[in-house]
Amino acid sequence: MFDILSRIRRTGRLSETGPQAGKATASDPLQSKLHQTFGRALCIRQVDAGSCNGCELEIQALGNPYYNLEGSGIHFVASPRHADLLLVTGPVSVNMEEALKRTYQAMPKPKWVIAVGDCGACGGIFGTSYASRGSVGNIIPVDAMVNGCPPSPTALMQAIVDVTTGMPQSGQG
Amino acid sequence: MNLDTLEQEAVRVPSNVAVSCITFGAESWLQAADAMQQAGAVLLTLWGSDDRDRDGHFRIHAAYLMPQRLWIIGHAMPSDSPVYPSLSRLFPVADRLQRAVRDLLGIHADGGDDRPWLRHGGWPASVFPLRRDVDPAHAHAVQSSAYPFVHVSGDGVHEIPVGPVHAGTIEPGHFRFSLVGEKVLRLEQRLGYAHKGVAKRFESMRLDDGHRLAARACGDSTVAFSWAYCSALESMNATVVPPRAVTLRALALELERVANHLGDLGALGNDAGLAFGQTQFSALKERLLRQNAEVFGQRYLFDLVVPGGVAKDPPERALVALSSELSDIKREVNELRVLYTNHAGLQDRLQGTGYVDPAQARTMGALGLVARACGLARDLRVDLPWPPYDKFLPTVAICADGDVAARLQVRFDEVLESLRLCSQWLGDMPAGAICVDLPDTEPGQQGIGMIEGWRGPVLAAVESGVNEGIRRCHIHDPSWQNWLLLERAVLDNIVADFPLINKSFNLSYSGHDG
Repeated sequence: MFDILSRIRRTGRLSETGPQAGKATASDPLQSKLHQTFGRALCIRQVDAGSCNGCELEIQALGNPYYNLEGSGIHFVASPRHADLLLVTGPVSVNMEEALKRTYQAMPKPKWVIAVGDCGACGGIFGTSYASRGSVGNIIPVDAMVNGCPPSPTALMQAIVDVTTGMPQSGQG
Repeated sequence: MNLDTLEQEAVRVPSNVAVSCITFGAESWLQAADAMQQAGAVLLTLWGSDDRDRDGHFRIHAAYLMPQRLWIIGHAMPSDSPVYPSLSRLFPVADRLQRAVRDLLGIHADGGDDRPWLRHGGWPASVFPLRRDVDPAHAHAVQSSAYPFVHVSGDGVHEIPVGPVHAGTIEPGHFRFSLVGEKVLRLEQRLGYAHKGVAKRFESMRLDDGHRLAARACGDSTVAFSWAYCSALESMNATVVPPRAVTLRALALELERVANHLGDLGALGNDAGLAFGQTQFSALKERLLRQNAEVFGQRYLFDLVVPGGVAKDPPERALVALSSELSDIKREVNELRVLYTNHAGLQDRLQGTGYVDPAQARTMGALGLVARACGLARDLRVDLPWPPYDKFLPTVAICADGDVAARLQVRFDEVLESLRLCSQWLGDMPAGAICVDLPDTEPGQQGIGMIEGWRGPVLAAVESGVNEGIRRCHIHDPSWQNWLLLERAVLDNIVADFPLINKSFNLSYSGHDG
């Protein structure tokens, strides 16, 4: 136990300052913006609707100590019924179409949807076919898109902040 | 039939490893399968092709992996009776492979499980999308119906259905548990949710563009898949890749292995209740990804491996910085390994959990790190070394215990071994060109690429078409074999240990579903 505590002390705080909403200044940080919108926290449900797993890796990276998303009061939840925001990676496979629709329908209002990655945003290299419906927007309403293959954790955080604070989306990874 | 007879009749297929091919009638096809099974081969994959436009036949190709060679045994069927002998009696993985071939191409095995596998009602049972006369753009409304899971009955037996949408940020798949109390009696997987028509999509791409799709078959193994595809193409053209590109490819492959293993080492700690491990290892992984961005211009190495070489020539100072960062990471991994090993609570959760018997692993055709954690020394980098591994042989990480702890230990060993290889290459990086142009490719050429990715061997089988197009490309992820073992590993464990056992395998859904 002493070794673990000693290592934690040596590691120190790695968290970096997250992106600000739109043109917000340092006195107007992410957390207070989110507090204004939600009171306490933002709950995200993630659905992989047919991705290659690249976008998932970057979404998972949001939880590492450098991005420390939970430290900003944003966390991932296990049920769509607890979620304010749906992060969807794609392309939407025909085999996931129904599961995606049902997840979206299970979320309480108000709710946002962000289509993640080039595939989620426009179908990417897979496009539309017998097996792929292409972009997330072809299946459920989408509020914002984050391009990139995969988009960086910073681009993902920026999109989350922008969409939930009503900023026009940047759209770029 | 014995292997010596086969060797006399077989032809070599262009590849980065040793591949022999032979075509048989139905009876000999099955006899060859029997001989392969007797010789201890792994049925690596099955794929079908629609050659009706050429000679009125469908074909089925079975790839068998032996320590010294990959065998491809083909069989042609007339278009009016596309039936071939089932291999499921000899190789457990054959059932799912045969079901997938049938769903996409409409050629049938004459026995075994005949439920759909990749087709979940997204296209009609009478439509076979991989046939050449089927328009790839033609979409169908989903007509879903209940999937006939195997039902377990008895006093106190209940079911837990999980997925396809899971509680965490992971890929889609369905697990049907049958339990008594908390004990798992049976797990049945249903996969195919991430099927996005990769094989059909290849057929509308150019040969010199297909690596971008291969790179996205399974995003966490992008270097392995794009290298396998490029190797197939380069072998077909007898192209020699410059030494600097070869070394950079191998560097990228080992960095991919290290990044994924670091992620898993943290996640395994987390799933066993040691969040400290997740924090530490995810921070190390992030440091590595940031180095990737400095060296190759991106955190994940999509499209770095291109036909003829690599797309990015890293500046010398970035390579020096990478070398120093990797030494740091190595020191930290060694330190964390001691903490994991000495943590009684953690070891209590890992040891004996999710046990796979080595004999069973052999029967099921275990591949990659799952095989190595059951004591099976299977590693393409050593068994069939291609450049630069022929001059830089890694030490195969082996642990015979077969449990979650063993899979953790193999990951630790492999991270350290990969870091050793990287440090050798960084200390003596060849100079020169990073890419050469490929010559034009005649239609009907075949090439095979095989690379040991971080999960195990990945394969790309490419056939050229007219106008520099792809006629057929089949890719295979080792998860096909290892998914079967996961069904076995969870038996007699408590269902609450499933996330831990599942993470210790960390198999690909997208790579499997195609």
